[in-house]
Amino acid sequence: MSTTISAERLQRFNRRKRTNTIATTLAMAAMAFGLFWLGWILWETLRLGLGGLSVATFTQMTPPPNEAGGLLNAIYGSFVMVALATFVGTPVGVFAGIYLAEYETQGWLAVVTRFVNDILLSAPSIVAGLFIYSVVVSQFKSFSAAAGVLALALIVIPVVIRTTENMLLLVPAGLREAAYALGTPKWKVITLITMKAARAGVITGVLLAVARIAGETAPLLFTALSNQFWTSSLGEPMASLPVTIFKFAMSPYENWQQLAWAGVFLITLAVLALNILARVITREKH
Amino acid sequence: MSSTLAHGAPPGFGGVNAGKKSMTKTPTPPPVVQRPLADVVFGALAKGAALLTLGLLVAIIISLTISAWPAITKFGLSFLWNSTWDPVKEEFGGLVMIYGTLASSLVALIIAVPVSFGIALFLTELSPAWLKRPLGTAIELLAAVPSIVYGMWGLLVFGPILATYVQAPLQKLTSGIPFIGAFFSGPPVGIGIFSAGVILAIMIIPFIAAVMRDVFEVTPPMLKESAYGLGSTTWEVVTKVVLPYTKAGVVGGIMLGLGRAIGETMAVTFVIGNFNQLDSLSIFEAANSITSALANEFAEAAEGQHQASLMYLGLVLFFITFVILSLSKWLLSSLRKQEGAKS
Repeated sequence: MSTTISAERLQRFNRRKRTNTIATTLAMAAMAFGLFWLGWILWETLRLGLGGLSVATFTQMTPPPNEAGGLLNAIYGSFVMVALATFVGTPVGVFAGIYLAEYETQGWLAVVTRFVNDILLSAPSIVAGLFIYSVVVSQFKSFSAAAGVLALALIVIPVVIRTTENMLLLVPAGLREAAYALGTPKWKVITLITMKAARAGVITGVLLAVARIAGETAPLLFTALSNQFWTSSLGEPMASLPVTIFKFAMSPYENWQQLAWAGVFLITLAVLALNILARVITREKH
Repeated sequence: MSSTLAHGAPPGFGGVNAGKKSMTKTPTPPPVVQRPLADVVFGALAKGAALLTLGLLVAIIISLTISAWPAITKFGLSFLWNSTWDPVKEEFGGLVMIYGTLASSLVALIIAVPVSFGIALFLTELSPAWLKRPLGTAIELLAAVPSIVYGMWGLLVFGPILATYVQAPLQKLTSGIPFIGAFFSGPPVGIGIFSAGVILAIMIIPFIAAVMRDVFEVTPPMLKESAYGLGSTTWEVVTKVVLPYTKAGVVGGIMLGLGRAIGETMAVTFVIGNFNQLDSLSIFEAANSITSALANEFAEAAEGQHQASLMYLGLVLFFITFVILSLSKWLLSSLRKQEGAKS
């Protein structure tokens, strides 16, 4: 009697163990699967990107099909638009984040803003392009770098709001109360004490926002459009790396595709470097 | 220091200050301390920024609706199930694109959900402590790679490989089966809904995996350890303790990934083929999605009905993602509330 029971139990135990082994093996396989794509994509970008890279990439303008050239105007355009968009979007994001964390944390405005911000954070970036098209481009009847800047700023804002709020909430309440007890006005408490304590985190947020917009193509497609030539005017269409890559990669021309790979390499490098930098800054802090 | 004091203090701490003020300024007003100007300005700026963010969403909805209005009045809701897209005759319906968007996102979810679950399981239960951080970071970096990189890689590197080693065998395997076979018919060239879905899956795996990992970590260790103490295996702990506890959060994470997949533009535009057809249900045929139609046609579209119809598509896209993301947020916050109630 007792032997049959234990045999049955042993069988069930073995079955459970088997299920567990299969499941954990599959979980490891899933992890390897995820890493495999990262490795493969990075490898191809490195291999094909370095192949397309040369000094001319940084010194010459985007060429017509089948002629030698570089990506200078696109690199410059990306740089200008990303910098300006960060410059426009960051203050709005930081102030809104301060409002959410320091002023009304539970009022209706804060609750609704937080919800809206989460939607904006994950909303399709092409919608930002459509929005700026209809309020800026179609009003001024021309594509312009300024419109591209606004579309990118629209993406910066939610990222910065989210990190600013989260980082401010990490600041111990004791710091605030000590400052208030000394009679410090609220704006000084925020600028000199809580924001100072949360500085590293906020910078991380801005870096992540820069990394995000540096690779964004969709919002620029019908705002900044693209430009084959050098321009530094914000009122004209301006080339950018992502849009140029899009145009060149879809083309059948060998030299355009090579330049596109070089561009992809540059963007990936910049974005990953920014991400790693952001992580290093927060890690040192905590 | 004294200047800070003289400038005033938050209400409630005014008592000490009021006496000081009354010595330097007119003594008559009651001790209601005025907030310093800088404080008022700063507060207004903060509130203004929050209102601006709120206003942005409203402005997006209103401006898209206004721009799409000509198409909305002309085609009405039948736009959603009409599959003609004819810029010459100015006949527009969005079914082809809406179908392409939903189908490619569905393919992406089918692949991404089990893989993300596995990754989250590995990171929370199996990985040695020293590996957790680097592996987690690597997966997050996968999320940071710009979508245009995925797109170009998908078109020029992955597409051809997918066609030879996945599509062709799948076709051979299913060609005899009546209904399923139809899904896999068509030329296996690495372009179409299937390829778009696979690339979307690679893109959303990190998002879903990161959320799943975070919600798995919310499970109280006591619950898990009790189960382990009773002799449960890792798999049993995860499926019978962790998953039931974090159900809402897991679904929320999946919705978040779905929202991303639906709104993704560049990766899809490269590989979906940009071909307006709905003749066959095959996921190997070139197709179109809302985002790729916008990316390809919008800048060249003539003003008027064509542009308005594209705006209409954009509005539909925004509406779909809005609903999905709201749902996701609601599910994730309900997990957080439950956690708060129990601890």
